Amino acid sequence: MRSLPLRRAVDALVTIACGAMVLLALVPLGSLLWLVVSKGAPGLSLSFFGALPAPVGEPGGGVGNAILGTATMVGLACLVGLPVGIGAGVFLAEKGDGPFGRAVRFTAEVFSGIPSIVIGIVAYGLVVLPMRRFSALAGALALALLMIPTLARTTEELVRLVPGTLREASLALGIAQWKTSLRVVLRTAAGGILTAALLAIARAAGETAPLLFTALNNQYWNFRPDQPTASLTVQIFNYAISPYEDWHQKAWTAALVLLLLVGVLNVGARLALRRSTAGGRA
Amino acid sequence: MPPPADAVARGATLAAPPPHLPAGAAAHGGDRVWNGLLVAMGGAILAVVGLVVLELVKVSRPALAAGATQFLVQKTWDPVAGSFGALAFMYGTLVTSVIAIAVAVPVSVGLALFLSEMGPPRLRPVVTFAIETLAAIPSVVYGLWGLFVLVPLLRTVVEPFLARTLGFLPIFRGAPIGLGYLAAGLILAVMILPTVASVTSEVLKTVPASLREAAFALGATRWEAIRLAVLPYARPGILGAALLGLGRALGETMAVTMVIGNSPEISASLFAPGYTLPAVIANEFAEATGDVHVGALAGLALVLFGLSLLLNSVARLLVRLVARGPARVAA
Repeated sequence: MRSLPLRRAVDALVTIACGAMVLLALVPLGSLLWLVVSKGAPGLSLSFFGALPAPVGEPGGGVGNAILGTATMVGLACLVGLPVGIGAGVFLAEKGDGPFGRAVRFTAEVFSGIPSIVIGIVAYGLVVLPMRRFSALAGALALALLMIPTLARTTEELVRLVPGTLREASLALGIAQWKTSLRVVLRTAAGGILTAALLAIARAAGETAPLLFTALNNQYWNFRPDQPTASLTVQIFNYAISPYEDWHQKAWTAALVLLLLVGVLNVGARLALRRSTAGGRA
Repeated sequence: MPPPADAVARGATLAAPPPHLPAGAAAHGGDRVWNGLLVAMGGAILAVVGLVVLELVKVSRPALAAGATQFLVQKTWDPVAGSFGALAFMYGTLVTSVIAIAVAVPVSVGLALFLSEMGPPRLRPVVTFAIETLAAIPSVVYGLWGLFVLVPLLRTVVEPFLARTLGFLPIFRGAPIGLGYLAAGLILAVMILPTVASVTSEVLKTVPASLREAAFALGATRWEAIRLAVLPYARPGILGAALLGLGRALGETMAVTMVIGNSPEISASLFAPGYTLPAVIANEFAEATGDVHVGALAGLALVLFGLSLLLNSVARLLVRLVARGPARVAA
């Protein structure tokens, strides 16, 4: 056995090393947030949100069409992704304890780890090939497919937070199971489901890879879902890999806009969750 | 709202259907509809996954028809000459993911240990919030940061330093250009850190306090208790966390595409530019000409899909194994 002072010294060293790991993990976050804000903020202006992209070297210009495109595609994706994802989550929470439920849960877990670019190819095969055209619809389908598994798992966890006594009280009053599910359990879990939905929307808004060859891009305003569409993320990518200093500046500003959007959605999700858990405990 | 008149009778059937009622009466009509709806929603997940697999196979068929084995082992990728080999991309994916895991796992385990076993409890929510923020940042923003911060840093400081001090190793030789395996691996490490760290924290939480207390009672220091009692118990779960991280690293696209240099070569040096499976799909798919090129890219996606399916399944099973642990010990 080694001496006690030595063992204590080793203990202290390991503690310091582990503490250093915490700091090391926070360095990239700090650097990234600081740079996006400090480099992106000078380019912010009203026209950046409302104008079309300007050619290289021309002052002004914005990412208005890209913001609209992201909103369109995320909106369309929600039409399919939210009902299916939330529905599957409610199924897992309410009826998911049998072998079928376990199989669905495992599939959802594994499916949520599938790379988004692979889902992009699926959307390409399902929409772009038959329509022979890149379109907002194809991009939206890819985003919807990406939303479903994660949304299902988050919804399940948050619906399961509803205390069992509430359900039992309702059943004891003779209320049918479906009514208990809908009017008691799901109404109590509404805040949690909203949280899950907002997180899924935030994730979808930040996706780039599956949009590259489904929605492609568009230099102009597009109001038709069957046409190629710009998105904030693809626009950041194109600006960043261009050789022009002017466009790099725009990439930082667009990244700031994207981070603000994702940040607002995440804060909203937190607020909804806080209200929901407070309601659940009461 | 007053309950309907037959509610009492219906409530009674929930607990135990009276014997004089037909069997079907136990389930109310609305319940059957609701049940059916929920099961259909669950089944939708299975249907979606089936659809994903079918579509992938369908799109990749033209390339796979030319020979799947050759596709996997061939090194050259030259769409113009019509030769499609996946080897260089699989190599790049492997190298960058291994770098990511080698960096992210020690940092995550250290972080999780500090938060759960050592540091002040007040620190926990703050760091957890920071890690969640890291997870919420879109991939393309990481790419932007990697391209304009990490790559210049590697080119001017880190790579020359590594070449000077560890240059006798073949992996640290060559011109320090910044863009390459090392940049991609490091940015992946940052991106998978939230996954690995949060799963590791969850796993550490499931370690029974009695194990730790037994070690302390025998006079162990905090580190000895961790090394002798906590870590052995949590090991399969930490391995699961690492595999989940690996699964994410394999499929990460945008940030890697922006910093890896995009050159379909196999180089021993980590400073050299390379290519990964997702990166080549991202760069070439929209402009792919001909069914075979599209098919070959979809074939790469199929490889990626298979790998991530395998990794994620094993990882989930491992994490579950640890979570089930306390019951096993108590029994």
